[in-house]
Amino acid sequence: MHIPDGYLSPATCGVMYAVTAPFWYRAIDRVRKALTSRTVPVLALFSACSFVLMMFNVPVPGGTTAHAVGATLLAIVLGPWAAVLGVSVALGIQALFFGDGGLLTFGANCFNMAILMPLVGYFIYKVISSNSEVTSPRRILGAIIGSYVGIVAASAAAGIELGIQPALFHTANGTPLYAPYGLSMALPAMLIAHLAVAGPIEAAVTGGVVAFLQRSHPSLIKADATGKKEGKRWILWGALGVLALATPLGLLASGTAWGEWGLDELKNMGLGFIPQGLEKLAGWWPAPLPGYGFPRMGAVIGYILSAVVGIALIIFLLWMLGRRLSRKNLPAQQTPIQQEHIK
Amino acid sequence: MKGEGFLGKNISSFAHALESVIIAEDLSRAPGLLQRLDPRVKVATLILFIVTVALARSLWILGVIFVLILSFSLLSKVPLGFFLKRIILFIPIFTAVIALPALFITPGVPLVSIAGRVIITEPGALTAGLLFLRVSDSLSFGVLLILTTPWVNILVALRWFRMPSLLVDIIGMTYRYIFLLLHTANSMFLARRSRTIGSFSSGENRRWLTRALATTMVKSQHLSEEVYLAMLARGYQGEVRVLNALSLKRRDFICVAFALLVASLLLWSNHL
Repeated sequence: MHIPDGYLSPATCGVMYAVTAPFWYRAIDRVRKALTSRTVPVLALFSACSFVLMMFNVPVPGGTTAHAVGATLLAIVLGPWAAVLGVSVALGIQALFFGDGGLLTFGANCFNMAILMPLVGYFIYKVISSNSEVTSPRRILGAIIGSYVGIVAASAAAGIELGIQPALFHTANGTPLYAPYGLSMALPAMLIAHLAVAGPIEAAVTGGVVAFLQRSHPSLIKADATGKKEGKRWILWGALGVLALATPLGLLASGTAWGEWGLDELKNMGLGFIPQGLEKLAGWWPAPLPGYGFPRMGAVIGYILSAVVGIALIIFLLWMLGRRLSRKNLPAQQTPIQQEHIK
Repeated sequence: MKGEGFLGKNISSFAHALESVIIAEDLSRAPGLLQRLDPRVKVATLILFIVTVALARSLWILGVIFVLILSFSLLSKVPLGFFLKRIILFIPIFTAVIALPALFITPGVPLVSIAGRVIITEPGALTAGLLFLRVSDSLSFGVLLILTTPWVNILVALRWFRMPSLLVDIIGMTYRYIFLLLHTANSMFLARRSRTIGSFSSGENRRWLTRALATTMVKSQHLSEEVYLAMLARGYQGEVRVLNALSLKRRDFICVAFALLVASLLLWSNHL
């Protein structure tokens, strides 16, 4: 997901630096207040740790390996703002030293992986695990879902940044100057790769590490549990609102999401015939909102309404799941707080 | 053997990172052309040229810049093969794979047609070429800076360019402790490999790996406390003081003038 220089126009890079700057400013402010003179050594060690985490090769079924980012994990252990700085510094050293990610695109890469990913991941973790004990399975569930959604959100942002390039920056005759693929290709390509491969890896690693820390070093997670009761749900709702507002992007994209073709689209795609089994199965699941649109309503309104219904359904299901899991809470042992958590 | 492969892969990637940094530190002290320049001049020139590369709209501008980079790397005693391997091996090859379909799907005047069906269009070739050259150019500027400038001097330059000193201190210390943590992680993997007989499933390997990851995090937390106490004991009060005796020489001014001339010529030809 590290975007190298050359894929994004200088204008996009400038905008991404401008978007990222206030987050860095706030992060530095928060961290400085919480850590005072310990800021430099503590953040340096955790940035180094973040860098090394990104270097680990995680084994994937099938014998190959992949990398995790670990941004949500850092946010769970350190607090979201320290994670923003830690991952940013790690990305900066990767870009400068190993050419992994560009220098002009550094702002964009930081927005995706050092801001969106830990903040989205952390707040989902907080909502699922809020007020639960340190050893609660809800924390593992929160870490798994949070890190998964966090990396998918980051990949969606990267896909959008790459996908708007050809429409906005091209020569007089339409030749794209930077990344050549439009939203309808860049966004699904990024999303599929992260929904199917990178997301599960990130979730497995984050969940595994949180479970291990619960058993062996509860103090690292404990700091977070004893913090003041969450009064910051609005940030999550804000993030959700932004994502919901972004749904019209789907209207801009032409074509159907990869892998979600209807039967007639398969025919048009040059398949020429419809696999018999597929034809039989097509009518089996009567989707209440076929093609994500209410029948007899404007396509645009229908699309946005389906997004709202979908979000509401997911929130309801998560809330139910959270309630069920919270009843199974184990009584946790009391350990002294050894580390302060930066909120 | 699967388990061996996974452990071996990690060990070799750690070793590779350490090796590339050691080579960079060695080269940055060699008696070459760019090594003799002031780090502030080099950082400013790097930014100037990366922006130039990003604004360029034709293949020949990007080509000229690449030739310039190669000649400067030769003048700075950077072995050509090593330099090319370092820049081409990673991102540009990946970019070439990404750019390949653009050759065929970008609509426009056909350039080459194979068997009357597969058609490479002119805009397709242009867009793929632009992406590939732009990525290679920007990447090689960064690599050239790292290979010809000691890391400490880059930090001094960043501080001079008014980057908040808090950030510069964090970056400097991060860099130092990355190698300690890499070394620690490397020892964990070596220890594991030395007592591994037979192979493990990827699930078991992953479980072991998450424990190694968690251990690395716990260790860095402990270390941060120890480092802080050690700094306090040496009189640290929240600010790092550094000696920077940099002075601009005539060759630095010549370099700035040359860079400005080349960049403005190239950007001017953009509009021809």
